[in-house]
Amino acid sequence: MNIPDNLFYTKDHEWLSLDGAIATVGITDFAQKELGDIVFVDVDSVDEELEVEEAFGTIEAVKTVSDMFMPVKGTVIELNEELDGEPELINKDPYGKGWIIKIKVADTSEVDGLLTPDAYKELI
Amino acid sequence: MKKTALNDVHRRLGGKMVEFAGFDMPVQFEGINAEHETVRTKLGVFDVSHMGEFWVEGENAFSLVQKISTNDVAALTDGKVQYSCFPNGKGGIVDDFLCYRFGTERYLLVVNASNIDKDWANLTKHNTSDAKIKNVSDETSQLAVQGPLALKAMQKLTSENIVGMEYYTFKEIEFAGVGDVLFSTTGYTGSGGCELYFPNDEAEHIFNAVMEAGEEFGIKPIGLGARDTLRLESGFCLYGNEINDSTSPIAAGLGWITKFVDGNDFIDRKIFEAQKTNGVPRRLKGFVMVDRAIPRHDYEVCDENGDVIGKVTSGTMSPMIKKGIGMAYIDKGYWKEGSEIYVRVRNKLVKAVVKKPPFFK
Repeated sequence: MNIPDNLFYTKDHEWLSLDGAIATVGITDFAQKELGDIVFVDVDSVDEELEVEEAFGTIEAVKTVSDMFMPVKGTVIELNEELDGEPELINKDPYGKGWIIKIKVADTSEVDGLLTPDAYKELI
Repeated sequence: MKKTALNDVHRRLGGKMVEFAGFDMPVQFEGINAEHETVRTKLGVFDVSHMGEFWVEGENAFSLVQKISTNDVAALTDGKVQYSCFPNGKGGIVDDFLCYRFGTERYLLVVNASNIDKDWANLTKHNTSDAKIKNVSDETSQLAVQGPLALKAMQKLTSENIVGMEYYTFKEIEFAGVGDVLFSTTGYTGSGGCELYFPNDEAEHIFNAVMEAGEEFGIKPIGLGARDTLRLESGFCLYGNEINDSTSPIAAGLGWITKFVDGNDFIDRKIFEAQKTNGVPRRLKGFVMVDRAIPRHDYEVCDENGDVIGKVTSGTMSPMIKKGIGMAYIDKGYWKEGSEIYVRVRNKLVKAVVKKPPFFK
């Protein structure tokens, strides 16, 4: 199972990387394997400010529909448009080309409360 | 949980196992979309040994099968297969099934795994003239080899002519060195191919022979996930979704297997005939999403004002046309090809149009 050392994780199987106040968010390798083929990503929260753990969109595999939750409070500033035509990027490259949204984080210190790679490894 | 004779084989091939109808079955191997495409373009092999098989034999076999079957069993000849439904006596459906005629006094009924017990109870209940009935579900294995290259590949395993067989016919043949394999040109994918029935102790040998014969054509093992997307893309009913104990075959678009001919006095004929004459308020229809969304089981179908006009029975993202597709019971007035309907997806109305399946052609 691929769990990169340089990322933060959530119990909802999302990852987050931070660059200044901008966070990139996706789902983990474990999550994409569990879900199987991702066929649709529905995010209609761009430009909205959302609370931590509020749903920012939905990810659909062939047989399942799952909500995706904000790992931290912030404003959704960008959706990975590539996923519209190629949702399978999430299966192929969950930590790279398969990123899902970018967030302008309200308070970057909130990121310290997320799971470390080791803590996430424990969880799964 | 029950296991088919191929359980170890599935695990060895990396199958992701799930519980289905009380069986430990592979839902996928390499991935549902890739498996789906393999069947549409080449060929794939499914273990469908969880399905049930009942023999009905003897001089009263015909009258029993005719009574419990909506289709006209008298229209069957030896070596032919017929798709049909068991009515439940209340205008609903116990199950859908295949009927194989081996002779005027010998029929094989193939039923859904999830319904084996209630189908057997139904058969037993109506067997008032002592036809000889036998449930061989537990000792019978079944493989479906499906796809445009399936028959060509399977021809390598038998000297009998199978590539020339008509759709929905069968033969008992020597196959991969095993005698008396029941070989039928049937399936649940809409891409052609065959289904094979044989005793459990031949399962691993026949599965390996099928994989080897299909190798040069690109054969792959296929799980239940792709079985569902393939049948839905073709618009085939799934018991529990499109049909159940409270749906009628007339509303489900199965009028073509509900035959009101002389001599076919099946259970619930009066109810279904009245529905055919008077019409039904809701019918099962296929639809394709116009705007991007995936319809799912039980989502509401609405008109443009958001008033409910139906309910989705099955939906998925079509792996071939990359659009949301589905089937739904829809009110009269929206049945015409191209009618605009809306599906309520997470509280948004998303536009779709009524379309007759198959969706992938």
